[in-house]
Amino acid sequence: MDFSVIVSDALRSGIGPIAAIYALAAMGLNLHFGYTGLLNFGQVGFMLVGGYGLAVTVATYDGSMWLGVLSGLGCAIVLALLLGAPTLRLRADYLAITTIAAGETLRLFYRSSWAEPVTGGVFGLQRFAGDFYDLNPIPRGTYGVWLVEFSSQDLWVLTVGWGLVVVVGTLLALLVHSPWGRVIRSIREDEAAPRSLGKNVYAYKMQSLVLGGVLGAVAGMLQAIQVQSVNPDSYDPAVTFFLYTLLVLGGAGRILGPVVGSILFWFVLTFLDSALRQAIGAGYISPELISTSEVGAVRFALVGLALMLLIVFRPQGILGSRKEMLLSGR
Amino acid sequence: MDADQPPAVRASASAVSAHSASAAAGRLAGTAAEPGVRKPDPLLVLDGVTRTFGGLVAVRVDHLEVQRGAITALIGPNGAGKTTLFNIVSGFDRAGRGSWSFDGHPLTGRPAHRVARQGLVRTFQLPRTLSRLTVRENMMLAAAGQHGERLLSAVLRPLWRRQEREAGRRADELLERFRLGGVRDDYAGTLSGGQRKLLELARVLMVRPVMVLLDEPVAGVNPALSQSLLGHITELRDEGLTVCFVEHDMDVVMGISDWVAVMADGRLVAEGPPHTIGQNPAVVDAYLGRRHDEPGAPGVEPTGDQSTGDQLTGDKRAGDQPTGDEPTGDKE
Amino acid sequence: MRCPRILLPALALALVVLSAAPAAGQGEEVPAGRGFGARFLQALIDGVQFGVIIAITAVGLSLVFGTIHLINFAHGEFVTIGATFAFFLNASPAGPGWHLIPAAAAAVLFGALMGAAVDRGLWRPLRARGTGLINLFIVTIGLSLLLRHIVLVLYGTRPASFAQYDIQEAIDLGPVGITPRDLTVTLLSILVLLGVAALLQRTRIGTAVRAVSVNRDLAEASGIDVQRVVLVVWMFGGALAALGGVFFGLVEIITWDMGFKLLLLMFAGIILGGLGSAYGAMVGSLVIGIVAQVSTLWFPVDLQYAWALLVLIVVLLVRPQGILGRRERVG
Repeated sequence: MDFSVIVSDALRSGIGPIAAIYALAAMGLNLHFGYTGLLNFGQVGFMLVGGYGLAVTVATYDGSMWLGVLSGLGCAIVLALLLGAPTLRLRADYLAITTIAAGETLRLFYRSSWAEPVTGGVFGLQRFAGDFYDLNPIPRGTYGVWLVEFSSQDLWVLTVGWGLVVVVGTLLALLVHSPWGRVIRSIREDEAAPRSLGKNVYAYKMQSLVLGGVLGAVAGMLQAIQVQSVNPDSYDPAVTFFLYTLLVLGGAGRILGPVVGSILFWFVLTFLDSALRQAIGAGYISPELISTSEVGAVRFALVGLALMLLIVFRPQGILGSRKEMLLSGR
Repeated sequence: MDADQPPAVRASASAVSAHSASAAAGRLAGTAAEPGVRKPDPLLVLDGVTRTFGGLVAVRVDHLEVQRGAITALIGPNGAGKTTLFNIVSGFDRAGRGSWSFDGHPLTGRPAHRVARQGLVRTFQLPRTLSRLTVRENMMLAAAGQHGERLLSAVLRPLWRRQEREAGRRADELLERFRLGGVRDDYAGTLSGGQRKLLELARVLMVRPVMVLLDEPVAGVNPALSQSLLGHITELRDEGLTVCFVEHDMDVVMGISDWVAVMADGRLVAEGPPHTIGQNPAVVDAYLGRRHDEPGAPGVEPTGDQSTGDQLTGDKRAGDQPTGDEPTGDKE
Repeated sequence: MRCPRILLPALALALVVLSAAPAAGQGEEVPAGRGFGARFLQALIDGVQFGVIIAITAVGLSLVFGTIHLINFAHGEFVTIGATFAFFLNASPAGPGWHLIPAAAAAVLFGALMGAAVDRGLWRPLRARGTGLINLFIVTIGLSLLLRHIVLVLYGTRPASFAQYDIQEAIDLGPVGITPRDLTVTLLSILVLLGVAALLQRTRIGTAVRAVSVNRDLAEASGIDVQRVVLVVWMFGGALAALGGVFFGLVEIITWDMGFKLLLLMFAGIILGGLGSAYGAMVGSLVIGIVAQVSTLWFPVDLQYAWALLVLIVVLLVRPQGILGRRERVG
């Protein structure tokens, strides 16, 4: 059992592109859930339309990457408007059910044989990330310190990813500390109050849904670029639940919550994953009990358990304050 | 309806009147005490407002005018439709039929936030305090026309910094006035019930309303704080604000209102100056049930102002439960 | 008053079918050995069969929502666990190899116990801790993720069928056909649904459940033991979910994620019927089942669930309170 491999895997994952991508998507979710109180259980749907918006434009229609980015963002805005229009006037449960259903519906549509000419069906799409990697200023090779090494490609995605996290984080910090953010937070507490004071609550919820959805789409595009393919089955509803787990872990309603949460989440998850595989490989855990192919499933189960335990015992996460959480009537 | 009062009753009632004479009450002096009566200077006018809940008529008000610059109390037994009427007028509920206008502008069917922007702002029976915002943030939220509330300008602080400072100054003034200055940086969720009532009243004023609709402003508040709240309300009237409030406590109604409107079973059954209302047979009917058929029938006339008042408040305490027509946005 | 309400599902269905009709021209024509009428009838029968199974699973979900306002996102896993538990007893090489009928009965019992376990072991302590409703939603999400992947580890990814009633000859009924197995499952499902309705209407506990759904506080004040009612609802929901899982495994196939897929259809059915109403859940699920099957006349089979979910979104746009839901609450 090679401990340095485990630590190296975990560190690489914790600061790598995947953590940045999830941090971005979770920042959108944080705007929905942490600040506005919208229960969006379909953030993965926004990632999907973002990723496919880019991939379809470039791979199917031979558009440029920038056009692809625009169409990905456009799709996210349209999706948010479609989801929000019927549900944002209803109780929170309706949005939850509709978003989870919409995420899954989108996945089914994109993977269907019917949509195959455009989306590639179950095979997905590849070869659309070239433009992005052509912009890579980092010379070929591998870079790293200590146990952590990245290829120049990964380093480029990682730089763009964390760069976006910083930009988006700054913008969100400015937003939530503005009067706009005050209205958003008041909606989270009790939307009747802002309504009675002359705020168009519906419009604010919609803005929040669109903005957070767009962030999900940006994350989706970056993810598509990083793995250089889009495949409908990678947009499983469980992705949204991962996002909730890391958001609650870091602290919902905190600007840095999703960032801290994502880094820690991927560190721990990869650590466990790698450790389990090593333990099975070295014979510490009998393959009868858990085989290497089941490690993925165990990992998901552990995330589920962690989410439950977090909500029950530390709903404020790492960065939140317990006192504040106790005041919420939720 | 059946509100032609014997002159004798009106005269005897004015003798026990204990409320402070206000200019507004003076202007209403010549107004007849009958439901749906025209006022000299109406600010809010309702016509044929009807709301049914699955066949049950919750509100059917043929005509009601609220006098500008006066304190109007809206009373009636539980389930009379007072809160529903508030919800309709403030845009939190939809009326089945009817129209209403505010300061000459039609208000029918306007959504809640537009009603508030017109200058008609409401409070709630259970204060809608925003727990995880500070007291000061609760106040600042209410300021109208903030540039920083628009998504695009929100990120550019210079665009709204000055306005924010001004709103902050006004918020601090109001908080001092309502004795909440000491807790202004606390989370509103830590306030006591009475402080929440104060905060909600102060917050409404941040909007700079023309008229406020107060839903039971002193319910569940200790007597000392209740007096202070009532003091604030009369002060607001004296500064020119129009006030309409729902209340069960007859002492409160007698003490501060310039005019009283009485609802029962969704209808407006009586109107009049506070000192006459206790003797109005329609009101007695509404509260005590139809034990007498004709106004002035011998033997069933209430014995006096005091006892009526007690019975009315007693009625309220016996069965004060939410009517279920809460204005949560879970429909439509 | 009742009549239009009963007609509405039919109307909704007609609308869906009609709106899909123009699109039919664009889809490639299936080489039809049989006429369209026969294929439509067949799809309708399949739809009813699918719909009643969804209804069985959805009733429990709806009752739980009605009584404690919790959307149990882990309800689908109860379905999966019911099916896989029966599979274990019936067909798994590691299991005892029971006949399907006792295995199904055991699975239903297990489902009830599971319902009781999550109520006593999870929801009640959490409610006592004062965990808010929104956070409870997220706990159910976590529970769903946990249970689903435990099933995945124990059961594996391979779809499987029960040992009995697997392959059967269809009974020829003129233009349409149905296997004895499917016919039995459909009829049993309808019987179960009628039984649930009778239970809710006729028995003391059924009345108590309805009372708690309408007004919890009032029910408590009238001396109903709300905690017990909630426990019964959970057990009932768990048992029905397990039964639905066995039925679904019987007519279709058992997979580790069947429950989660069904969950979304249950949601569609419940919202279509009116959130929180048990009868609404039944009617709505039936419509969803029919929509899913009838859509295959025009669209690829891999989209049949997607249409059903699309119905959900359309319903929210047009009539968010659902077919049987009340537009207004009595004040």
